[in-house]
Amino acid sequence: MNRFLLPILVFAALAGVLYVGVKHSPDKSTMVSVLLGKPAPAFELPVLGDASRKFSSRQLAGRPWVMNVWGTWCVECRIEHEALLAIAHQDRVPIVGLNWRDEDAAALEWLSQLGNPYTVVAVDGDGRTAIDYGVYGAPETFFVDANGLVQYRHVGAMTAEVWEREFASRLPHGGMP
Amino acid sequence: MSARHATRAVFAMCVLAFSLRAFAIDITVLPNEELQRRYQALTHEFRCMTCQNNTIADSPVGLASDLRRDVAELLTAGKSDDEIRAYMVQRYGNVILFTPPLVASTAWVWMFPVLAVFAGAIIGVVIVRRRSRLVATDDSIIEPEEASR
Repeated sequence: MNRFLLPILVFAALAGVLYVGVKHSPDKSTMVSVLLGKPAPAFELPVLGDASRKFSSRQLAGRPWVMNVWGTWCVECRIEHEALLAIAHQDRVPIVGLNWRDEDAAALEWLSQLGNPYTVVAVDGDGRTAIDYGVYGAPETFFVDANGLVQYRHVGAMTAEVWEREFASRLPHGGMP
Repeated sequence: MSARHATRAVFAMCVLAFSLRAFAIDITVLPNEELQRRYQALTHEFRCMTCQNNTIADSPVGLASDLRRDVAELLTAGKSDDEIRAYMVQRYGNVILFTPPLVASTAWVWMFPVLAVFAGAIIGVVIVRRRSRLVATDDSIIEPEEASR
């Protein structure tokens, strides 16, 4: 019995290490943004539908805002669209859309067909702003507080539950509208 | 398998390996050979965050090509390799590096193989010692058939 005890213990320990490793391997939904608690990278990009206008993130300085990274090529973005529309309907916080690596015509058509939840849509055609935010897949949604600090990043489709738990709760007046 | 078959198999594998490489054509050209060499090395160091187990050098994803563009631009702008690594880590965290840096949270990754080798060596020594002691104290007569082997 004693002969087998040590190998079994070693095996169990190794299995434990590997289990934890596999469980917590960089999973899309668990990767925490390195930007949390840091200033949201400033950007100035053309406004979708009106290339002569620029949107600057500085316009929102001093108030909380939300940035949603999307593209018409992104399936999950379509799934979350209803939730975004409902959130926008509450009208509690500006939602900036970051149209990532997309075509303007397709993006405009998407918004006219499905509805527009965004306060403004900034066009990030070459993906530089997305990289500054450490975006690695759409949709991603960021919460920036009144001090301009990134407080939360949600990867994947937005839902009413995620919104209430992680976003609405960070607004000055708390969870309920 | 005959030697001829083995040679053929190896040749076929080489052909296959090169044809797979051909899927990841990166046409980025930098001003000089030194920059081109550093570009190749760096793009093989960064993880494609979308596909996780590819480097940005061999991923066809749009984000990977954007990151390759950034590497090329930063190199051309005269940034050092470490500055470019810092640029990536600042945005995506250490997870973007295929070789994790030696910091407190990753120390065990680096220490584990060393510890495992030491543990194995200690176990080996203990077993050999124990057995040699067994031989020294074993005065039983060797069985005839065993002796004749």
